[in-house]
Amino acid sequence: MSKTTTISVKEELVDLYLSNLDLITDNSAPILNSERQAAIENFNLLGLPDVKNEKYKYSKIEPLFTQDFEKYFAPKNITFKVDDIFRCDIPEIGTELALILNGFYLPKGNKINKLDNGMIYGSLSEAAIKYPEIVSKHYNTVADNTGEGLVALNTAFVQDGIFIYVPKGVEIDRPLQIINLLMSDENLLVQYRNLIILEESSKASVVVCDHTLSAQKFLSNVVTEIVVKPNATLDFVKMQNEHNDCTQLSHVYIKQQKDSTVTTNTISLHGGFIRNNLNALLDDEGCENNSYGLYLTDRTQHIDNYSFIDHAKPHCISSELFKGILDDQATGAFNGRILVRKDAQQTQAFQANNNLLLTADAKMNTKPQLEIYADDVKCSHGATVGQLDMEAKFYMQTRGIGEKEAKLLLMFGFAHEVVKKISIDPLRDRIDDLVNKRLRGELSRCHNCPMHCC
Amino acid sequence: MLTIKNLHASINGKEILKGINLEIKEGEVHAIMGPNGSGKSTLAAVLAGREIFEVTHGEILFNGKNLLDLSPEDRSREGLFLSFQYPIEIPGVSMVNFMKAAVNEQRKYRGVEPLSASDFLKMMREKKELVEIDSALTNRSVNEGFSGGEKKKNEIFQMAMLEPKLSILDETDSGLDIDALRIVANGVNKLKRPENASIVITHYQRLLDYIVPDFVHILYNGKIVKSAGKELALELEEKGYDWIKNGE
Repeated sequence: MSKTTTISVKEELVDLYLSNLDLITDNSAPILNSERQAAIENFNLLGLPDVKNEKYKYSKIEPLFTQDFEKYFAPKNITFKVDDIFRCDIPEIGTELALILNGFYLPKGNKINKLDNGMIYGSLSEAAIKYPEIVSKHYNTVADNTGEGLVALNTAFVQDGIFIYVPKGVEIDRPLQIINLLMSDENLLVQYRNLIILEESSKASVVVCDHTLSAQKFLSNVVTEIVVKPNATLDFVKMQNEHNDCTQLSHVYIKQQKDSTVTTNTISLHGGFIRNNLNALLDDEGCENNSYGLYLTDRTQHIDNYSFIDHAKPHCISSELFKGILDDQATGAFNGRILVRKDAQQTQAFQANNNLLLTADAKMNTKPQLEIYADDVKCSHGATVGQLDMEAKFYMQTRGIGEKEAKLLLMFGFAHEVVKKISIDPLRDRIDDLVNKRLRGELSRCHNCPMHCC
Repeated sequence: MLTIKNLHASINGKEILKGINLEIKEGEVHAIMGPNGSGKSTLAAVLAGREIFEVTHGEILFNGKNLLDLSPEDRSREGLFLSFQYPIEIPGVSMVNFMKAAVNEQRKYRGVEPLSASDFLKMMREKKELVEIDSALTNRSVNEGFSGGEKKKNEIFQMAMLEPKLSILDETDSGLDIDALRIVANGVNKLKRPENASIVITHYQRLLDYIVPDFVHILYNGKIVKSAGKELALELEEKGYDWIKNGE
């Protein structure tokens, strides 16, 4: 009998960090490096979330990390002209475009761009060098490093990502689009960080699209920190469209200051295993937060949405709508936590999660979680798991619409309730179109992209 | 056009229709009246192809085809239309998308090219005027938040869009005030063609003042117990159903 010693995944990751520390720091920026030591210590304490962690009851994280993944600590030299391989130009949206390839900013020209109106966007590590005063003031101030092991892990390893800065009073008409591309000839683990800052009374829309351009296995552990200052408005759309061998662990942290408005739409079109953590801290009076999500899953895909809306101060409004359609043996979970703190009087918080199961094998777990410590609030929540409305299907059939088409129309109608919340017109139409294609089982890639993402 | 022979249908083992015979020819309007629970709506549902009803005996020929062999959508494509007593709300599905799918699937069945977007919208506009339906209603989701009257008008609007050969109006008058009733009836009358036919199911004679039937049938306990001309409706209005129930 041979004796085997098992090294835990956590230990392996800590070892990986220690043995590559020089490489990691050399290819990043001092501000990012300064947070690593504390982060890896936190990770060593927290580890990866396990099933004992109520938040991760329906998503086993550790096995995801046990597969063989390559990790790069410097941008890999892929010579490729973006324009040749990828044009995700949502028509008429006229968007500023930023690309991330395997976790590193992929410059078209400069690594960091400053527009005439003062808006800055580009590589996070470059921003940390060129604009250290802005980055150091916000970086790693919103994400939860002491409670969430995956965030601590990200902070320890992160080298780059996207940085967006909108100065005071500047309103950006055209949305900025971030495209995350995964392309490799080996299985790959990527961990990057986005930092979005909206100064007082500014306004911006950001669209994030996740794509895979090669068939390898990918595991992304991504943190996005968003700071929205007084009276600022942000629309944030995240579109996940990755292949079945992809795992995405996404952590979005939003901190809202007085009278700010943030609307997020998380559209999970396709992906093997998706876990979205959406955290919004309403840190002063008069904040409005809208969190919308749509997930479409089939085969053995798994989607898990966790949201935490923290009503820390009075007179804030939050509303949440997450809807999902699960086909085949797909599994899903939704856990929506709303915390109304003791002094957060006059809070209005609404939440709904509605699910359609198309087969008897599809499975959905949904859990609203309201914790209310104030006494003058208006809160509601509702969760449903059901099948397609057979009466509605019959009604359509009596108008000559075939059964399959009737079902598609019903699913599309169900999904549209979330899509219609997207405020950017051409994007909304585009996502409607992608949702339609996805439900029809056609590839939901952007139509003029020559790559087959999924 | 439609021939129903000795039709028996049941739900959960309980027989509702107990031998219906009916013959409808082009250009005719047939009224079916009868007390609650006599099987009027079941007959409409069976004709439209609702699956919860099991046809245990009999046959239905529609333009020479065996109707019972056809799916609900093919019955519609063959020219059968049911105006629902309780139209269904379909949140998230816009009237435009719903009607476009319906019209184009019907055209496909007939081997005709789908309508262009502009032709379709033009058709919507014309039919809306014909049935006096508020333009705003067709910009909303199917029947969602419509009042009772609006839902019934919307049924007639759909009928106008689909131009069926045989339309079955299942208690289209229920829940309508007198103005809405007039509008709905006008719509039906405007859509009347020599080659088309209608079955009007109603409790009350009132609707038949507006939509004048050629024949009136009384359905009671799953059977047509009496058929006559339009004067029968007036007789019912006067005497009620008791004389029918008591076996005359």
